[in-house]
Amino acid sequence: MASGALEVLVDGVLKGDPVRLARAISVVENDARTGSTIVQRVYPRTGKAHVVGFTGPPGAGKSTLVGALIGMFRAKGKAVGVVAVDPTSPFSGGAILGDRIRMQSYGTDPGVFIRSMATRGHLGGLSRATGDVIHLLDASGKDVILVETVGSGQSEVDIMKYAHTVVVVLAPGLGDEVQVIKAGILEIADILVVNKADHEDADKTATALEMLIETKKDGSKPPVYKTIATKGLGVSGVFEGIQEHGRNLKAAGGWQKRVWDSFLAEVRTNIIEESAERMLEAAAKEGFLNGLYDDALARKVSPREASLMVIRRYAPEILDRSAMND
Amino acid sequence: MTSDSIGAERKVRVLVAKPGLDGHDRGAKVVARALRDAGMEVIYTGLHQTPEQIAEAAVQEDVDVVGLSVLSGAHTTLVPRVIKLVKEKGKEDVIFLVGGIIPPEDVAALKEQGVAEVFGPGSNTEKIAEFIKQKLGELAN
Ligand SMILES: Nc1nc2c(ncn2[C@@H]2O[C@H](COP(=O)(O)OP(=O)(O)O)[C@@H](O)[C@H]2O)c(=O)[nH]1
Ligand SMILES: [Mg+2]
Repeated sequence: MASGALEVLVDGVLKGDPVRLARAISVVENDARTGSTIVQRVYPRTGKAHVVGFTGPPGAGKSTLVGALIGMFRAKGKAVGVVAVDPTSPFSGGAILGDRIRMQSYGTDPGVFIRSMATRGHLGGLSRATGDVIHLLDASGKDVILVETVGSGQSEVDIMKYAHTVVVVLAPGLGDEVQVIKAGILEIADILVVNKADHEDADKTATALEMLIETKKDGSKPPVYKTIATKGLGVSGVFEGIQEHGRNLKAAGGWQKRVWDSFLAEVRTNIIEESAERMLEAAAKEGFLNGLYDDALARKVSPREASLMVIRRYAPEILDRSAMND
Repeated sequence: MTSDSIGAERKVRVLVAKPGLDGHDRGAKVVARALRDAGMEVIYTGLHQTPEQIAEAAVQEDVDVVGLSVLSGAHTTLVPRVIKLVKEKGKEDVIFLVGGIIPPEDVAALKEQGVAEVFGPGSNTEKIAEFIKQKLGELAN
């Protein structure tokens, strides 16, 4: 990308210009190297937004709840960014992104920016670019950023890396309680929501949850709210809960800890992805891996040994260094 | 932008929207699924969208293509309005497609107003995907 075009994007992001912000997000999604330059340029202007993650099984009502919460934040004059992630089809590489349907009431409010994203093969409930997209929205002046994960009901703990506050949304009758517990999602919840409280089993689900959740190390216990997101009922409780969680974090010094933990987690992920991609690219270019074909089929070289061979070839310093420390 | 990207190729993004008041979106959903199956990311916004909502979604989602499904006969007002709003917002290079029952005499008028192609009911969905890929190829050159 020409440096002039990059300047225009950086400038547009900082001014909160929706067209430029939207394009910068696409760059971050499609082109990690140019994307990282943009993010680095705007990063000094980030750090103001309260990032709130929403996870839980599909159909629980995450998008509807986020849609209702947008209105509450707007009523307080807060600028709102939304990132909603849906899965990429492993067969076609395409995706249908439908979360926006439930948030349309604020689709034309200039204080709201909603972006749908596909996972593009990334596991953990978010896409590779999600962290950077959050930084762009933050730099564009959003006061609160609501992030909706895929909602596979699987281990979507990635949201922990990015959110100051994690809201786990469940609904009665989905039979996901056990799944959710197995997936370790309850442990990451700062706030629990039993949505679809118009459903007869809602009280049962809420009681079951109250019994299952454990007091955290810091002595806090995540509150459980019941909502009917489609009617906006009970949503103000969740809204207050989110704000209170943010205030408490700041008061107790937990905010900085989350920011630092997020920083480290993002760095770790990026190193893994960057270095893996670069080594694999280089290995592919040289045909290094294909050269192992005979040895692999003859079972002379295990996959692990092959990985070490690639690392030894393309990043030998790393192995030398860890050898020195052994 | 693609040449130096790591791993990911640039995905085509399409907004499929249904302006107007008529209440069924079977056709729009069929198209959305077909485009997904052709490897595209389809932002589906459902029924009863105002032109303002569609234009804003096109901007925020940074789509390459806006597909408008119209059945109500309101194409003569709604479609040009969406196109005008998207341009006013400063978003360029968008391909506009229209699906639905459009009288032949109106097709030419829509094309004059910036619609790249009109697909009638029962159009081969693979053709739509092909058309998009071909058009984007032209734009890139
Ligand atoms: N009865 C009832 N339906 C709801 C409620 N909240 C959401 N829904 C519906 O549940 C379905 C899934 O909602 P959605 O927000 O897309 O769930 P997500 O997959 O978790 O994002 C939609 O048809 C919603 O209209 C609720 O409180 N009560
Ligand atoms: Mg959703």
